[in-house]
Amino acid sequence: MKHEIIIAGFGGQGVLSMGKILAYSGLMENKEVTWMPAYGPEQRGGTANVTVIVSDERISSPILSKYDCAIILNQPSLAKFENKVKPGGILIYDGYGIINPPTRKDIKVYRIDAMDEANERKMAKTFNMIVLGGLLKIRPVVSIESVLKALKKTLPERHHHLIPMNEEAIHIGMDIIKEI
Amino acid sequence: MAKEVVLMKGNEAIAHAAIRIGVDGYFGYPITPQSEVLETLAEQKPWETTGMVVLQAESEVAAINMVYGGASAGKMVMTSSSSPGVSLKQEGISYIAGAELPCLIVNVMRGGPGLGTIQPSQADYFQTTKGGGHGDYHLIALAPASVQEMADFVKLGFELAFKYRNPAIILADGVIGQMMEKVVLPEPSPRRNEEQIIEQCPWATTGCKGRKPNVITSLELDPYEMEKRNLHMIQKYNEIEANERRYEEIECEDAEYIIVAFGSSARIAQKSVEHAREEGIKVGIFRPITLWPFPAPELAARAKQAKGILVVELNSGQMIEDVKLAVECNVPVHHFGRLGGIVPDPDEVVNALKEKLIK
Repeated sequence: MKHEIIIAGFGGQGVLSMGKILAYSGLMENKEVTWMPAYGPEQRGGTANVTVIVSDERISSPILSKYDCAIILNQPSLAKFENKVKPGGILIYDGYGIINPPTRKDIKVYRIDAMDEANERKMAKTFNMIVLGGLLKIRPVVSIESVLKALKKTLPERHHHLIPMNEEAIHIGMDIIKEI
Repeated sequence: MAKEVVLMKGNEAIAHAAIRIGVDGYFGYPITPQSEVLETLAEQKPWETTGMVVLQAESEVAAINMVYGGASAGKMVMTSSSSPGVSLKQEGISYIAGAELPCLIVNVMRGGPGLGTIQPSQADYFQTTKGGGHGDYHLIALAPASVQEMADFVKLGFELAFKYRNPAIILADGVIGQMMEKVVLPEPSPRRNEEQIIEQCPWATTGCKGRKPNVITSLELDPYEMEKRNLHMIQKYNEIEANERRYEEIECEDAEYIIVAFGSSARIAQKSVEHAREEGIKVGIFRPITLWPFPAPELAARAKQAKGILVVELNSGQMIEDVKLAVECNVPVHHFGRLGGIVPDPDEVVNALKEKLIK
C-alpha cells in the first residue's frame, strides 16, 4: 500500500509539522517514508506545503505530479492542488476562508471545519492534529497508536503532558469530518 | 542487534554521520539550503563528546582556509555550503588540491548564477567536475540521491580523500538536503589519536622532531618541478578514474531509452520510469554516483542497446557534455532541465522523453 499525500495551507498552520508527525508515525510502523517540504523564504501567513509519502515499498520520487490525497487548508492551495488529485483520490479541505469550494466530481471531497472547532474549544495549537484525525478517519494511513508513539518519541519530555490533548484533537477530527 | 532507523533531513544526516565517523573538525558558514548541517552540529555539541571542533567561521573564505590548515596536519576536516558560498571557497579548494590534501566539501546546490534563489538546482556540475578553481586538478565528486547516501558518502568521501590525498566533494541539492527519509547512521568510530594520524599521514605537519620537516604548499617557482608535480597528479587522477567509478542502473535490462540523471533528478526520473512503463515505454535510468570520475565506459556499454538518451538535470545542460563524450555520438542524446530552482515533476520528464526522443 502506498499513500501519496500533499498537505498545503498557510505558514504557521502547522502544515510541515503535521506532515512530520505523519512521516514519523509511518516510521513507527516500519514503513518507507519521505517528507519533502516546498521550502522557500517562508513565513507566517505565506503559503506552505509538504509532500508526504508513506509506503510499504521503496519510494522513488519524493516529488510528485499527482496525489492520492490532498489536504487543503486555504484558498490559494485549493486552486493549486485540486487538479493534482488522482481520479478516484480524495480531497480534504477546511472550510475556513474558502469562498470557492472544490468542484471536481471524479474525486471524493471531504470537509473538516477544524479551524472553527479549534477556536471554539480554545485548542488553536492542536488545529493540525484535528485535521490529521480527519485524514486518519478517511484513510487510515497509520494507526492512532503509531501517532502517539511518534509524538512520544519526537517531543521533548517536558511536552509529553500535551500528548493527551493531541489525542483528543485526533478524535475530534474523526468526529467532525464529513463527505460533501 | 537491529540497526536503529531514524528519520531526518539530508543535511542533518551529514552532520550526524560526521560526528559518528570521528571527523576532527567542521568549519562552515550558514547559507540556505544547507544551514542544518551547521545547526545540527551546534545542537549535538560534539566538542563535548568526541572532541570534534565545530566552528562558524567569519566567512566561507575563512572556513575553507581553516580546512586547508586542518588537512595539512592530517586531520579529518570538512566544510559545507551552498552554491554562492562554494564559489567563494574555490581559491582554497584549488590550493588544497594543489597541496594534495584530503578533506571533504559539501555543496547543497541552489539556483544561480550569482546569489540566485534558495531552491534546489544542479547548476554547479561544471564547477564541481571541471575545476571550479584554477589549475589542472580534479575533485572526487559524489552525488547522493537519498538521505541514506548523504550519511554514507561522508565516510566514503573521507576514505577516498585520504586514499588519494585529494579533496572529495558531496554534490547534493536542496531536495536531498531538505527532505526527510529513513536513514541508518554509520557505526560510531572514535577519532584517530596522534599516533594513528602520524602513521596514516607521514606527509602531514605533525611535529618534525626526529625527522625531516614536511612542507605543505601549492607553490613551486621552478616550472620544471611544477610540471613534475602536475604529471604526478595526473597519474593519480588516472588511477582514480580507473578504480573509483560508481553508478547505479535501474530497469535498464530491456530499456530502449535511457535517462541519465544524478542526485534528486535521478529520484524524480524513477517515478517517470514507472509512469512511462505503464504506457509501455521501455525506459531505464543510468545514475552516475561519482560525477568525477564519470562512469563513461559503463554508460557507453549500456548505451549500445538504446535508441536514445535523455539527460535530466536541474540545469540548462551540463552533464550532457560528459554523456555525449561517453557515447561518442553513437546514440542521439537530448537534454531536459528546469532552471533557477524549479524542480520538474515526474510527468514533465515523461513528456520530455516523448517529445524529444520518441516523437
